Amino acid sequence: MSIGLAPPATVAQPARAASRGLWSDAWRRLRRNRAALASGVFLLVVCALAALAPWLPMLQDPAAQDLRLGATAPSAAHWFGTDDLGRDVFSRVLHGGRISMLVGLVGTLVSLLVGVTWGAIAGYAGGELDELLMRIVDVLYALPYIFLVILLRVCFARSLVMLFVALGLVQWLTMARIVRGQVRSLRTQPFVEAARAIGASDRSIVFRHLVPNTLGPVIVYATLTIPAVILQEAFLSFLGLGVQPPAASWGTLVADGSRVLAIFPWLVAFPGLALSLTLLAFNFLGDGLRDALDPRDRGAL
Amino acid sequence: MVTRRLLLFVPMLWAIGTLTFFLVRLAPGGPFQSEKEIPPAARAQMMHVYGLDRPLAEQYGRFLWNAVRGDLGPSYRYPQRQVSEILGDGFRVSAELGGLALLVALLAGVPLGVIAAVRRGRLPDVVARAVALAGVSVPNFVLGPLLVLVFSLGLYWLPPALWTGPSSRVLPVATLAAAYVAYAARLARAGMLEVLGQDWIRTARAKGLAERVVVVRHALRLGLLPLVSWLGPAAAGIIMGSVAVEQVFAVPGLGRQLVNAAFNRDYTVVIGVVLFYAGALMALNLLVDVVQAWLDPRVEAR
Repeated sequence: MSIGLAPPATVAQPARAASRGLWSDAWRRLRRNRAALASGVFLLVVCALAALAPWLPMLQDPAAQDLRLGATAPSAAHWFGTDDLGRDVFSRVLHGGRISMLVGLVGTLVSLLVGVTWGAIAGYAGGELDELLMRIVDVLYALPYIFLVILLRVCFARSLVMLFVALGLVQWLTMARIVRGQVRSLRTQPFVEAARAIGASDRSIVFRHLVPNTLGPVIVYATLTIPAVILQEAFLSFLGLGVQPPAASWGTLVADGSRVLAIFPWLVAFPGLALSLTLLAFNFLGDGLRDALDPRDRGAL
Repeated sequence: MVTRRLLLFVPMLWAIGTLTFFLVRLAPGGPFQSEKEIPPAARAQMMHVYGLDRPLAEQYGRFLWNAVRGDLGPSYRYPQRQVSEILGDGFRVSAELGGLALLVALLAGVPLGVIAAVRRGRLPDVVARAVALAGVSVPNFVLGPLLVLVFSLGLYWLPPALWTGPSSRVLPVATLAAAYVAYAARLARAGMLEVLGQDWIRTARAKGLAERVVVVRHALRLGLLPLVSWLGPAAAGIIMGSVAVEQVFAVPGLGRQLVNAAFNRDYTVVIGVVLFYAGALMALNLLVDVVQAWLDPRVEAR
């Protein structure tokens, strides 16, 4: 799957499923929210640019050094300038975006898989199992998770896959709570009883009938999880504990740039701007989706 | 309730301590595998001094027993320093930084949010929402360098780094507080809007009370309740944010110790900081729950 494809799916889905009342309604409401729409378009562009970065003809190799050139301010040849090794910052920011977006999407996917499964099982089972599963979530909530991630990064090889998994595992707790709440309120509904009456197994009731009905809140929360994961990856990379060189995410670029802040301020400004705008856009889109899918919650900002 | 929660601390700290202990032992490399080649004899001697040549069960027992007494052993990197000393020094700085940031967040964010709610849709509201969005979206390690660029390197008003005089506190605290000013404003606005829309507020207004009295005397206490439960997560976030901010401004706090120790593979210090943060977070959450129960008697029943 190309990393450029996921956000369009969340936006386009309602349109495709126009026959379902909730989705077409939501899509209509979302279309009226200009900030959310603009954010969606912006994210599409960033994702596309990041996904296609290695094949864009006007982009230079992000690792290609030109020591004679050195650091130059933004110009027509190098839109975002060059760094102290003469590397093109525009290209480095786009390639950094590849990693940041990928981490955001994969981390969110991990949290979705774990959180939805956990929450659905707890909510459907009820009773002692529910109590046990949710108590575990409560206990994990109190842990300073990000420090355990740091500990993991210190102790073990700094592979990218480890990073994805670790960041995803930080985020699944809230997802589990949301899904559990939804499933609990749904499981006494007539359609679940009907499914049971025709002999559906517990497993298929949970994953065929209950989970799809929790999709609205799950999509909203997932949209807000992506920026959280991107931010955490950037935070770890900023500390030097995330993506390892020569690969560079936005966090790494900001960290590198802030070391030479006094002389080459654009080295912080552009990756910082890219990171901030992306986070802003995800937050707008998430808020827009929440308003669209859950019209009750209008009071919030 | 409080005693039961306090008793829960013991197994949780034990779990975290055990987890960190074994994670560190499982790690490939080990603490004394540095860039330089160490003679095997010297290495064995070091392992012996730190008790790393004993059976794992004995090491674990020793670790637990010492940890209970507050002794986390000497640093692997700086053997003349005890982990508890390093923690104490770092904590004083980090607590000041975090405490000031939380104070600033409340003192600036709450009035901003309340005014925005009262003047809904007008200029203060628009400004508050813009500040809230910017604060939430710009990470502190991006904001920090930008503030340095403007106030230190551009205007020469404030020192760009270190933790020496009062003026050196301004930029780190502002950087750390920014996002929380935004959250506090957001929560205060939402809470106040909810309360101001209720019937008993209309009654108060109908009695002919001045708007100021209605807002300050009647709405404020209930409207700000969501902020109290937010203080727990906020403190946790500030602790985490402080790690990045200390890095940006070279502040010698706990976060910087953690990052340095992480790079030096100074395992005893890493374990110490993680345990300390875990304990601090749990204590803070408990404190928040107690305050909340005190402010809103409905909570206590849970």
